[in-house]
Amino acid sequence: MIFKLLARRLIVAVPTLLGLTLVVFFMLKAVPGDPAMLMLGDRASPETLAEFRQVLGLDQPWHIQYGKFMQRLVIEGDLGRSIASQENVGKIIAEKFPATVELAVAAMCFALLIGVPMGLFAALKPGSVVDATAMTAAVFGVSMPIFWLALILIWIFGLQLDWLPMSGRLGIETTWEPLSNFVILDAIWMRDVELLQDGFRHLILPAIALGTIPMAFLARITRAAMIEVLSQDYVRTARAKGLAASLVYVKHALKNAMIPILTVLGLQFGLLLGGAIITETVFAWPGIGSFLLESVNARDYPALQGGILVTAIAFVAVNFVVDLTYRVFDPRMRVN
Amino acid sequence: MTSASSRTASLINVFSSRVFRVAALASALLVSNALLATAPPQGSMLVFGRGGDSVGLDPANRTDGESLNVTDHIFDSLVSFKPGTTDVEPAIAEKWDISKDGLTYTFHLRKGVKFHDDTPVDADAVIFSFMRQHDPKHLAYASGAPYGYYSDLGLEKLIKSITKSGPETVRFVLGEPFAPFLSVLGMQSMAIVSPTAVTKHMKDFGFNPVGSGPFRLVKWDRNQKITLAANHTYWGGKPSVETLIFRSIPDNSTRLMEMLAGKLDAMDNPSPDDIPVIEKRMGTKVRMAKQPGFNIAYLAMNQEKKPFDDVRVRRAINHAINRKGIVDAVYAGYAEVARNPMPPTLWGYNPNVRQYDYNPETAKKLLAEAGLNDGFKTTLYAMPVPRPYMPNGRKVAEAIQGDLAKVGITAEIVSFDWGTYLEKTRNGEHDMALLGWTGDIGDPDNFLYVLLDKDNAVKPAQNIAFYKSDKLHQILRKARSETNHAKRVTLYKEAQAIIAEDAPLVTLAHSVDVVPVQTRVSGFVMDPTGRRRFDKVSITP
Repeated sequence: MIFKLLARRLIVAVPTLLGLTLVVFFMLKAVPGDPAMLMLGDRASPETLAEFRQVLGLDQPWHIQYGKFMQRLVIEGDLGRSIASQENVGKIIAEKFPATVELAVAAMCFALLIGVPMGLFAALKPGSVVDATAMTAAVFGVSMPIFWLALILIWIFGLQLDWLPMSGRLGIETTWEPLSNFVILDAIWMRDVELLQDGFRHLILPAIALGTIPMAFLARITRAAMIEVLSQDYVRTARAKGLAASLVYVKHALKNAMIPILTVLGLQFGLLLGGAIITETVFAWPGIGSFLLESVNARDYPALQGGILVTAIAFVAVNFVVDLTYRVFDPRMRVN
Repeated sequence: MTSASSRTASLINVFSSRVFRVAALASALLVSNALLATAPPQGSMLVFGRGGDSVGLDPANRTDGESLNVTDHIFDSLVSFKPGTTDVEPAIAEKWDISKDGLTYTFHLRKGVKFHDDTPVDADAVIFSFMRQHDPKHLAYASGAPYGYYSDLGLEKLIKSITKSGPETVRFVLGEPFAPFLSVLGMQSMAIVSPTAVTKHMKDFGFNPVGSGPFRLVKWDRNQKITLAANHTYWGGKPSVETLIFRSIPDNSTRLMEMLAGKLDAMDNPSPDDIPVIEKRMGTKVRMAKQPGFNIAYLAMNQEKKPFDDVRVRRAINHAINRKGIVDAVYAGYAEVARNPMPPTLWGYNPNVRQYDYNPETAKKLLAEAGLNDGFKTTLYAMPVPRPYMPNGRKVAEAIQGDLAKVGITAEIVSFDWGTYLEKTRNGEHDMALLGWTGDIGDPDNFLYVLLDKDNAVKPAQNIAFYKSDKLHQILRKARSETNHAKRVTLYKEAQAIIAEDAPLVTLAHSVDVVPVQTRVSGFVMDPTGRRRFDKVSITP
């Protein structure tokens, strides 16, 4: 059943991703700016620029460039070399994407642990002080500029209190020989407590900064979904049966409110996987977001293509997982 | 109890057990971690915070400062510059002879020098390092091509041959005398690289660099830090700093806070507004290493567009702009007003050129003479990115816009992203554009010829004023091939006088390069060309 669903999804995903690479490629070419000039600086001679374009095949018509890109990708599974650094794009992404995933997961944990309970409490008594406080906090969370929140967090917890590191993924003296490029996974795998602590401490502030908006979304959607479900007949029936309030709330109501919550969760998580440019920049986090931004600025076509392709695949994958989990909460979906 | 409040009570029961246990655990972890907060940096480790990561570490094909500041520590060139100056001193070459006609340079290499991979730095390695850039048929040409500096300096045409005349002797023969040649050999891109490592890694040499410099690469955590370790057998003596770390912290405010917390030993590119903050908060724990910048920020007036083909209009604009005001407001005083398109710290500087004092009345008079009583409308390109010579292009453009409005010129500010900006200005699409330049070598040729010779007014141009003076061209060509230093000084002084008369640019400012350094760090000397060198630095624990 799952395999059938997976197969069906793959059939749709492949042309979608292909179309995406084409659109991205076309848009990149349509935007002015010359990677050769950006690479060689404001001082390169016309001859050097021409040589550079020729070496990288930038002097060829765009459809040939695209064809070569696709050929390499499909036949050799190779994303090519970055124009800026001449490094293999696949290798760069393998280094940076895990950093983004790690941060996104941490941010979603924060959002989930704070946002969902906040919405649940608020829904208990709509219009109460608890509700008003929670929802004000949520509006505040959604509307706060991330860079400002991030700087405030760094200022308080890093500079003034010196509790947490201000930036970076690991401390300056922490050594780490990556196995998976995920710090936390590697630390657990290698039973390295110091690495785990250091990695965790570096994650806290960026995760809070990045998780605040999803947290606020989750709080609001949880509240709305719960209020809706709690007014349904079967909830009243359950209560009339004399079931404990907590049981009704969690088992009967929350379970049914999970569908919209999961949807928001999936979408938000998918967005974070595209890289959080601002958070990554402020916290000097070496993820895919800042890499994509650098690549746009350098008109580094191969790097951008690769980065966008990988984040799009991740987005599709996350949504697939969300669809699967719907089936856990809603038996009707298992039938269809 | 109402049903709602009983619901609340039981719900709290449900959550309190789990949620609060997790929260309590997390906060306990936090507190215990706070106690374990990172130990202060060790005495022999130096951490330098900067705005970006290196792109690659093959010195031959990099042009960005973030890359070259690191390669500078890993590699040596034949010659080097005395710290804090642009005077050439021996490096890999212990001594050299120059033939009378200025065409043959013979370098005698230091004996017994080894690369970090233990292979010898000999005549073959020197020839390899140059020929890989020189000859497209060379077996390692593809490892780093294209070689920006090498071809921009025209070395493949200039250098006729590079030969070995002994195991440690290399002879360069030039096609014509080229006075800045020794200085050029001191550039990072002319570094001597390990042939073994280059042929092994080819295109990935930039990520596995092997040179003979005071430090070797230990680890590069992309977009995080580059860790270098002291080369204990360095011919110039083992560096006092054992571990040298370049951290990339792109956000200015975060970098500032890391510096304020004492986690950085020195930081790059503080925003001018932040310098007083550092001084106030850190007091005597920090000193500001300063150096009049080896750079120029200018406003170019495109002579291919009307009315900038008229020298009276260009002079009028020179009089209309209040440069002192810009230096005070935008550079927070960390700059000096520029009179010439080259900095006063460079030899051959001419302080006695035609002056353009701030005088809107003179400007109006000149405009009237040019038949522009009612002023005119034009566009002004504002740089979208900060550069050491121009911390905020937008603010400079706004100041200029205001000054020009006072003499009746309506300038519309336009801006693009950096790539588009360079492309458009180099193709001459602008009327007026802000830009600047930082010198690579201590030679006026590197400023005047590059920025204002008619050779460089060919699109895509570096001379974005599209100023084409035959008189200037002859002088600059002559100065290039003259080997007598005193004669070169005279020629460059003359060149600056011609430029000031023709006013192709409004020379705005030479920014002051500032690096805040913790006082525990001693021996840090600012370099005129903007390099950051830490090989002679030591740290008091």
